[in-house]
Amino acid sequence: MSVDLATVKRVARLARLAVSEEEANRMVGELNGIINFVEQLSEVDVSGIEPMTSVTPMEMRKRQDAVTDGDKADDIVANAPETDRNFFLVPKVVE
Amino acid sequence: MTELTSLTIAEAREKLTSKAITAVELTDAYLGAIEAANATINAYITVTPDKARAMAKTSDERIAAGKAGALEGIPLGIKDLFATEGVHTQACSHILDGFQPKYESTVTQNLWDDGAVMLGKLNMDEFAMGSSNETSYYGPVINPWKAEGSNHQLVPGGSSGGSAAAVAAHLCAGATATDTGGSIRQPAAFTGTVGIKPTYGRCSRWGTVAFASSLDQAGPIARDVRDAAILLKSMASVDAKDTTSVDLPIPDYEAALGQSVKGMKIGIPKEYRVDGMPEDIEKLWQKGIAYLKDAGAEIVDITLPHTKYALPAYYIVAPAEASSNLARYDGVRYGLRVDGKDIADMYEKTRAAGFGTEVKRRIMIGTYVLSAGYYDAYYLQAQKVRTLIKRDFELAFHAGVDAILTPATPSSAFGIADENLANDPVAMYLNDIFTVTVNMAGLPGIAVPAGLDSKGLPLGLQLIGKPFEEETLFRTAHVIEQAAGKFTPAKWW
Repeated sequence: MSVDLATVKRVARLARLAVSEEEANRMVGELNGIINFVEQLSEVDVSGIEPMTSVTPMEMRKRQDAVTDGDKADDIVANAPETDRNFFLVPKVVE
Repeated sequence: MTELTSLTIAEAREKLTSKAITAVELTDAYLGAIEAANATINAYITVTPDKARAMAKTSDERIAAGKAGALEGIPLGIKDLFATEGVHTQACSHILDGFQPKYESTVTQNLWDDGAVMLGKLNMDEFAMGSSNETSYYGPVINPWKAEGSNHQLVPGGSSGGSAAAVAAHLCAGATATDTGGSIRQPAAFTGTVGIKPTYGRCSRWGTVAFASSLDQAGPIARDVRDAAILLKSMASVDAKDTTSVDLPIPDYEAALGQSVKGMKIGIPKEYRVDGMPEDIEKLWQKGIAYLKDAGAEIVDITLPHTKYALPAYYIVAPAEASSNLARYDGVRYGLRVDGKDIADMYEKTRAAGFGTEVKRRIMIGTYVLSAGYYDAYYLQAQKVRTLIKRDFELAFHAGVDAILTPATPSSAFGIADENLANDPVAMYLNDIFTVTVNMAGLPGIAVPAGLDSKGLPLGLQLIGKPFEEETLFRTAHVIEQAAGKFTPAKWW
């Protein structure tokens, strides 16, 4: 499989990364280099092998479904670029 | 009296307890050393002198009151990946511009609870993505080591390059670090320091900026094996805020030091003898084998047949997880925002301006391998290969091997702005060839300095252990350290 310019632009769009024409062109070469490198995995016989989901066999610990934290609205918005009365502000989404 | 900054943690602990020195004196000595060196080494991106002195003062009071913690008054540097309340926490990325968390990471909280003193935040590759510390938004870190007769500046390795350089240059008594593919062990090897990546789950990941969640693990970088053991004991904990942290007792790692390795079985995997490996590395490996043999260990040849697939599998799994983890940086809740004509344009412009080249490259790879039509061919295949890599280790351990000895890196430290590496991302990735397998299998691994190469630069050996058997690694690494000695760079800065 090889990556072309159109694919780079589509993936950049999916990743929400603005890329210039120059950057996109450079990425074609770089991504192909990396994809070619990882391509060797296809030669491994994985029939009957389960994909790894956890490095240590463990059961997910669950906690009681109860409120354990809260009343921190000021803290939560403290680092936001734009806020108003503990709301995050973004450019208008709905007309 | 010897310089205060030359004391190891164990030595400083003894002098603090006996009240031969105060925590304030020790902290001031480090702050002075940082002031004098940091413009050259660039290990710290933020120094917190007021906080450090206040913490040291409290430590002196606790020592006087007979209430000293395990790390009371010990000045540490903290990798910028760990959230520190009210202090610069940006994973050395522009996208977290101005971020000062309202909370403390579990690992750093554990250290402060034991009485440690924070000197400041340490430089690193952006989002821990790199092997040279050159992807940092704050510029490269300079390795305190130089080749004999050369003035050429070398990288300290990465991603924990600031941590390793600060420890090697005595700009902190010890440092926190993190390791996703080799980010503790490779910089430790490049700087003549000791670094351990514990078993996945030993340290809580809560409050450390996520890169690849199934691989990330915190650990210390220290001047010697004993200091690494002291630090890991304080850093490790089970944490309700990280469901992957493990509820197992934390041993007194220091007590493992000095125990004999007689009769222990050390595996030597033939797959780690790679083409083009410098002769110095092979010699070092043989030296390590001889040290352990002399100490009574049994050396056995083993095979880990899927080793060569670990790095390619890593470069699918890690970018895939990173692309997902880094989706949160969108200019809304924290950090940088670049305005756009609508919300999607704002997201795209913010992320384009905030992320560096290497981070963008990995987000792109991760997004590509997870995208419709490619998921089975890449991600699923990589996770199956990961099962096989882990099985290789399990079979070796099942056959009676107690620990595995390998080189830590395929070379000694390379130059800043190395052209061959800059133009070929895959060549840079090959730095992690000996370390990445350990992350893929979730095992503990320690890098311990074992000698100098023909250029006079430090080289490290790696020991790989069974899950949660860090004690075996400390014990065995200590034997190597006793035989090989310790390595400190000549001060030129």
